[in-house]
Amino acid sequence: MEAQDLRRHYPVGGGMFAAKGLVKAIDGISFVLRDGETLAVVGESGCGKSTLARMATLMEPPTAGELLIDGKPTSTVAEPERRRLRLNVQMVFQNPYGSLNPRKTVGSILEEPLALNGRGDKSARERAARAMMDRVGLRQDQYGRYPHMFSGGQRQRIAIARALMLNPRVVVADEPVSALDVSIQAQVLNLMMDLQDEFRLAYLFISHDLSVVRLIAREVLVLYCGRPVEHGSKENVFATPRHPYTRVLLAATPSVDPRHRKQTVAVKGELPSPLNPPPGCAFASRCPHVTGRCTAERPEWRKLGDRMVACHHAETV
Amino acid sequence: MHLLEIRGLAVEFATARGRFRAVDGVDVTVDAREVLCIVGESGCGKSVAMLAAMGLIDWPGRVTAETMRFGGSDLLHLSARQRRQVVGKDMAMVFQEPTSSLNPCYPVGWQIAEALRTHHAVPRNKVRERVVELLDQVGIPAPASRLGDFPHQLSGGMNQRVMIAMAISCNPKLLIADEPTTALDVTIQKQILDLLVDLQRQRGMGLVLITHDMGVVAETAHRVQVMYAGQMVEEQATDGLFAAPRHPYTAALLDSLPERALGRARLPTIPGMVPGIDDRPQGCLFNPRCGYADDICRMVPPALTGPPGRRARCHYPIMAASGATP
Repeated sequence: MEAQDLRRHYPVGGGMFAAKGLVKAIDGISFVLRDGETLAVVGESGCGKSTLARMATLMEPPTAGELLIDGKPTSTVAEPERRRLRLNVQMVFQNPYGSLNPRKTVGSILEEPLALNGRGDKSARERAARAMMDRVGLRQDQYGRYPHMFSGGQRQRIAIARALMLNPRVVVADEPVSALDVSIQAQVLNLMMDLQDEFRLAYLFISHDLSVVRLIAREVLVLYCGRPVEHGSKENVFATPRHPYTRVLLAATPSVDPRHRKQTVAVKGELPSPLNPPPGCAFASRCPHVTGRCTAERPEWRKLGDRMVACHHAETV
Repeated sequence: MHLLEIRGLAVEFATARGRFRAVDGVDVTVDAREVLCIVGESGCGKSVAMLAAMGLIDWPGRVTAETMRFGGSDLLHLSARQRRQVVGKDMAMVFQEPTSSLNPCYPVGWQIAEALRTHHAVPRNKVRERVVELLDQVGIPAPASRLGDFPHQLSGGMNQRVMIAMAISCNPKLLIADEPTTALDVTIQKQILDLLVDLQRQRGMGLVLITHDMGVVAETAHRVQVMYAGQMVEEQATDGLFAAPRHPYTAALLDSLPERALGRARLPTIPGMVPGIDDRPQGCLFNPRCGYADDICRMVPPALTGPPGRRARCHYPIMAASGATP
């Protein structure tokens, strides 16, 4: 999967008196995701992570830019081909309590993607569903049960199994473990890593939890207000963050070692309104290294050594 | 004398399938100027235990305890009227999910003022002034212009600040914060935690922080109590707990943190699930998931043992030096 300068803008308002606004939910994001790799998209709420997920799964067309799957542009190909490309990308949602239909059994949840796409007959679909249940660690006698009979971790297993029924190559996981307890989170992360190795899956892993990202990702893309601020390999980004926002994120994540209790000062302020973004760098209002240039001129998305970064002062800070 | 002292706290709920003990035999002590973290997974009873201390458990719940003292007063034998004079004034609570805990029908300034008026904390003509001062203390910019805002007009972080302002409005001696940062982003979480710890230091309050996030514990707590399935399984000073946990559950929980994993290794997990209402095991409640369990663990419920301040509810607590059970 490859994204080239993806943009998604939403018009808002425009009532009798209100002026029309334009929310740039995603503004110029590019990445390449290869088989068997994990790209983690990191950022706070409202930074456009979920909009990116919806575009990556072809649920929404980009306003501008192009998304390529298997090297084929998704916006210009004919509908049957587009449909076929779409099957390669499946999604796991954040909240396993809301994303499974409570009126369907586990069996029918898992068989539905096959049935919708006319794969196999009834008995073949059941065999496939039962085999997938084995893969993700659900017991065979749970085939006829309903989602409310499962715990959060097991429901997320069902959601992962459903996403894998059509043998996708890319799985878009939108905060898959943030609703789970620590011990259950570990089980689901292990499962996701096992499945990735087994099926050579590519993950577009959307998360705000940097300790999870550090475990599972190979590359990290940090977003702020719909714009990319830093993109590089996990090792580089965690070891030497170049963008002040990445540093702030790393510093704000609590560490589990009480001896390394951080003395850093918390970043002030909150996210600027997406309706009325500042003219310069979006992070300027909260940045500890801000200069006059930052508030006036938008920093370019440029290559700096081993990574991409959008900051005027990335070399010096 | 401790600020808050609870011994043998039990909270039972009458359910269609019989009595369920959500909290069983929990001891909590908090001193002034102390930060205590109560940590555990969802459903372990950590919130219910503190709601019981606040007197906020209603029918069909039933609270029993050997002792429950706060300051000089015995919370078990207070009348409702006397309790209302303590709760919200000397002992205040910040609830989870600020956006749904605030009343959507009233402006935030009015809601903070309500606490001041109820407890006659300041003369009536000074209430407005005091509310502005409180909003300023919790770091809300331009506080005077925010008094008329409704909760839906503020962000989650701002709403949590309003909740904190409300809780500290009457200068409490003890502040209980129930998952104060769970719904917030990391940068905002850091701001709120810093704010709570600063207020605690400035005012010499006792602070009880209920959380499931081990990172939050490590960054803020002086002392930690770990809960599992309604029981307190371990208490220790923070450094000791992270360096040498004594209960196998605490050790397993710490091992399963992604931050402690090396490279892209598989995380050690705790098999099975927290026992629910129907499948409580005999003996130690953790024994079906414990790697060290033997026949005694399966038969006899362990008591809290060990030196004061380092107690663990285990027949074979982990020894610091060897890292294995004796």
